[in-house]
Amino acid sequence: MELRVEHLCKAYEGVSVLRDVTFTAGNGVTCIMAPSGTGKTTLLRILLGLEKADSGSVTRCRWSAVFQEDRLLPHLNAMENLRFVLGDQLDEAAANALLERLYLADTGGKNVRDFSGGMKRRLALVRALLAPSDALALDEPFTGLDEENRARCLAVIQEAAQAKPVLLVTHDEEDARLLNATVIRL
Amino acid sequence: MKKATAHNRIRLWAVVVWLLLWQGASMVFARLWPHGHLLLSSPVEALTRLAELSVTVAFWRAVGSSAAHIFGGFLLSCALGVVLAAASACSCAVQELLYPLVAAVKAVPVVSFIILALVWLDASQLSLFISALMVFPPVYLNVLAGIGSADAQLLEMAQVFRVPFSRQLRGIYLPAVLPHFRSAASLALGLCWKAGLAAEVIGLPVGSMGEALYNAKVYYETSDLFAWTAVIVVISLVFEKLFLYLVDWTAGKAVM
Repeated sequence: MELRVEHLCKAYEGVSVLRDVTFTAGNGVTCIMAPSGTGKTTLLRILLGLEKADSGSVTRCRWSAVFQEDRLLPHLNAMENLRFVLGDQLDEAAANALLERLYLADTGGKNVRDFSGGMKRRLALVRALLAPSDALALDEPFTGLDEENRARCLAVIQEAAQAKPVLLVTHDEEDARLLNATVIRL
Repeated sequence: MKKATAHNRIRLWAVVVWLLLWQGASMVFARLWPHGHLLLSSPVEALTRLAELSVTVAFWRAVGSSAAHIFGGFLLSCALGVVLAAASACSCAVQELLYPLVAAVKAVPVVSFIILALVWLDASQLSLFISALMVFPPVYLNVLAGIGSADAQLLEMAQVFRVPFSRQLRGIYLPAVLPHFRSAASLALGLCWKAGLAAEVIGLPVGSMGEALYNAKVYYETSDLFAWTAVIVVISLVFEKLFLYLVDWTAGKAVM
């Protein structure tokens, strides 16, 4: 599928955050890069349907996402968090395989509130990858990850990007290079 | 702070000291005035009277009748409070409509409501109405605050992932609301017994605990008064413990 963003504008209290943003993104990774406070997260929020643009249009589709914050249910364990989002659609074998790839298989059933920052980030990525969607939005998904975990996450994102558009918000040029991503600078 | 909390508990030795003081005061009253024992009966007399009362059918009938009315009012109000708090969370108009009512119930003395309700209602229904009225504001306001405290970021996440409302309810709203509801229920259970019995003492429904308290006052039966008061305190505590246990048990099953 192809995502279209056309002439998108957004301002908060008269201060323009997004000015005439236009791009298209097909299957593969598209990196959105810009200095802090220049509307990257606002752009994702508009695409996810959480905010309205002042003008312009975006393709409407089923999204899944890794938010800037982990947004996991702290009183549930890893599998329960996945079941909260996926319900009966949760394929436990596929979930276990992905959890294992991202070193999350052996969490001993402990609740997410007891996870480290890196574990929460990886679980948020697993959730986004397992949820049925047409496109994937990832807002700084590698925050708090060590090199090894970052490499594993890059690999699973690259696999997902073969089947759907992946929009990745990052500060790191290296991420874009490793993912062969199209770069859009706001 | 921890030290202060540790000393803020009921200790057996402290209870014994207060009982001894009560016994001493009652003996002084009896010695100073010819009918001093009528003014302040001793703890032993109160306990003996309680034992005598507890083997009568009238005692259990009064306990059952008052408990059913007061706890019935509590349950009705809890249900109404939860439903209207949910409606208020969905609609500002409902919240604005209910605000003056809640403010009035909080501000107006309970005795005014009791006398007003006596004009409208049969005395037997008075305690149910008054206990429901007193329970409504804390339950409604706390549940509304609990709904408002649900994590907005988690709700956005659920929206993006198209999580059905029933699952949002169990995973996000219930964990947010339950601590608020629990503390409201604990407060309201104490309130409903106090207000409900005050209503019975004024309305005097036949065969109620309120009527028994009133008769104790009329006939200077202070041992009856203490016996009934002890029963009320025990029932109130038992109902609170049971209800909160039920809330925790249900929460354990319902929360995802």
